[in-house]
Amino acid sequence: MSTGDRAFRWLTAVAAWAVLITLLAAALSMAWGGRLAFRTFGWKFITSPNWDAVGHNFGAAIPIYGTLVSSALAMLVAIPTSLGIAIFLSEVAPRWLRGPVGMAIELLAAIPSIIYGMWGLFVFAPFMANHVEPWLNDKLGPLPGIGPLFSGPPIGIGMLTAGIVLGIMTIPFISSVMRDVFQAVPPALRESAFALGATPWEVTRKVTLPYTSSAVLGAIFLGLGRALGETMAVTFVLGNAHDFSGSLLMPGNSIAAAIANEFTEADSPIYLSSLIALGFLLFVVTFIVLAIAKFMLMRIERSFG
Amino acid sequence: MKKKMSWPLAIVATVAALGGATAYAAENITGAGSTFVFPILSKWAADYSNQTGDHINYQSIGSGGGIAQIKAATVDFGASDKPLAPEELAQAGLAQFPLVIGGVVPVYNLTGTRPGQLRFSGPVLADIYLGRITKWNDPNLVRLNPGVRLPATTINVVHRSDGSGTTFNFVHYLSQVSGDWRGKVGEGTAVQWPTGVGGKGNEGVSAYVKQIPNSIGYVEYAYALQNKMAFGQVQNAAGRFIMPNARSFQAAAAHANWGAAKDFYLVMTNAAGPDSYPITATVFIMMYKHPKNPVHSAAALKFFRWALAKGQPQAASLDYVPFPPTVVNQINRYIAAEIK
Repeated sequence: MSTGDRAFRWLTAVAAWAVLITLLAAALSMAWGGRLAFRTFGWKFITSPNWDAVGHNFGAAIPIYGTLVSSALAMLVAIPTSLGIAIFLSEVAPRWLRGPVGMAIELLAAIPSIIYGMWGLFVFAPFMANHVEPWLNDKLGPLPGIGPLFSGPPIGIGMLTAGIVLGIMTIPFISSVMRDVFQAVPPALRESAFALGATPWEVTRKVTLPYTSSAVLGAIFLGLGRALGETMAVTFVLGNAHDFSGSLLMPGNSIAAAIANEFTEADSPIYLSSLIALGFLLFVVTFIVLAIAKFMLMRIERSFG
Repeated sequence: MKKKMSWPLAIVATVAALGGATAYAAENITGAGSTFVFPILSKWAADYSNQTGDHINYQSIGSGGGIAQIKAATVDFGASDKPLAPEELAQAGLAQFPLVIGGVVPVYNLTGTRPGQLRFSGPVLADIYLGRITKWNDPNLVRLNPGVRLPATTINVVHRSDGSGTTFNFVHYLSQVSGDWRGKVGEGTAVQWPTGVGGKGNEGVSAYVKQIPNSIGYVEYAYALQNKMAFGQVQNAAGRFIMPNARSFQAAAAHANWGAAKDFYLVMTNAAGPDSYPITATVFIMMYKHPKNPVHSAAALKFFRWALAKGQPQAASLDYVPFPPTVVNQINRYIAAEIK
């Protein structure tokens, strides 16, 4: 090997290891910072819904629940929309439209999250409060089963609004990656399908999607990771209440929002430690969610052979 | 940007002062803490800097942050809406004195009512925030507000989501007037709220209150005034309903027994006196008794003495309330005696 090759190997290896080491160091330092909370509360830190700074009694159940539910809602909004956008751009849209729309989506990805948060609070939350949530109250509230999900005062701020805002935020990330992978499908494959008489819908379903399934799931993970860790946009519209509520219209809290809200004024060692422990749990939750997603990906890949 | 600009400017000013061999060298004083005091402190700092050349670099990171920073000795002074107990001060070698007065006011968004019209009592506010009074036409609220048509709608409670000196003064008051509040929730800069949604900062709470119909929240008086929010009267310890304003805050300050409070460790909520507003708040300054940098500390003290003596017009223009002269004298005596 020449010196140049060796240097190249080393440089790329260092870059790759640096990510792993940073990740590990961040996780370890948060586990270390949160050790007081973990030692004091034990497993109850994960299961307890308490968050009492006066009584020094902390538990992460509500922020964990809020993080998972808001991210799940976000994916419910973002995945179908992004798929639609990507398929439209790569299969349906006329060529002259693809450039501008694609550019617009990439620009959306560059908007800072606080802008989404403020838009959510000043524009979207009143819309939800005045139009969407009263309707949900009336139509879905009385239904058995899902009724309790849509009960409660329509204040426009809560889990549902946060989930939708998060979903809108993640659409550009997911859809731009999906569009890129759809366009990377070898033309020979698609054209042969068309030559056999397949419609655009059949080509998408039977050729494009199976061919790109792993990359599509990768795009979804990217959006999911962003939704799980999103802070500012969520904190504006989630309501930041350490209350457990079965209704999606009621305020809740997420791990990232709780940390952002409370870190500066955490005035006792156990409070500070509990917030850092929350940060560690966000790591763990993200890891578990992504691991489950990866597992699903492997199964899908196997089923496609 | 402004804050960042002041550093190079200050350095230029210092160099110029040294180079010109003038008798006076500009000092760079740093402080951190309470967001509540930030508007008036930055106004004072600008005026003071014009007059003397000394720069005050104040970071409004929150009261808890201010206490942490002064304890770490990274700043020349800390500012907090919550006083430290004398034992805690002694342990850290700190002195503490009050600087300016404000108040916490209940704000509401209720169609059919006028600003300043609604009357609250401490126990009723506590029950609203405990989630016991849930409707605007609750008999307890109706009794306090004869002649006001209160709707049968749910009260949407708004509180702070971050730790805050505003919260501290508000829940300190609720703990004084409601045994249930004291037992179930207690007092602190952050508490476990039994109900409601949390907004970040005064601006978060006011945005929620403005947007959520039939809501109630609490913010700093100056903030409510500048944002034209509807706020209510609160019943004081003497049983009268008091409109929050400069006069009622000063009445509360005049009735507080500052002379008897060691290190000015006194929270003015639920003050005695017929005209006292019950949720009157104070900003406290914390400094080292034996500072690491005596030059900075002396410059900071000079600034605070100037603010206490000459800062009234600016304070009034920003809806803060200065201390009455008797208290200012006590503060000056304390500073002279305690801080070397």
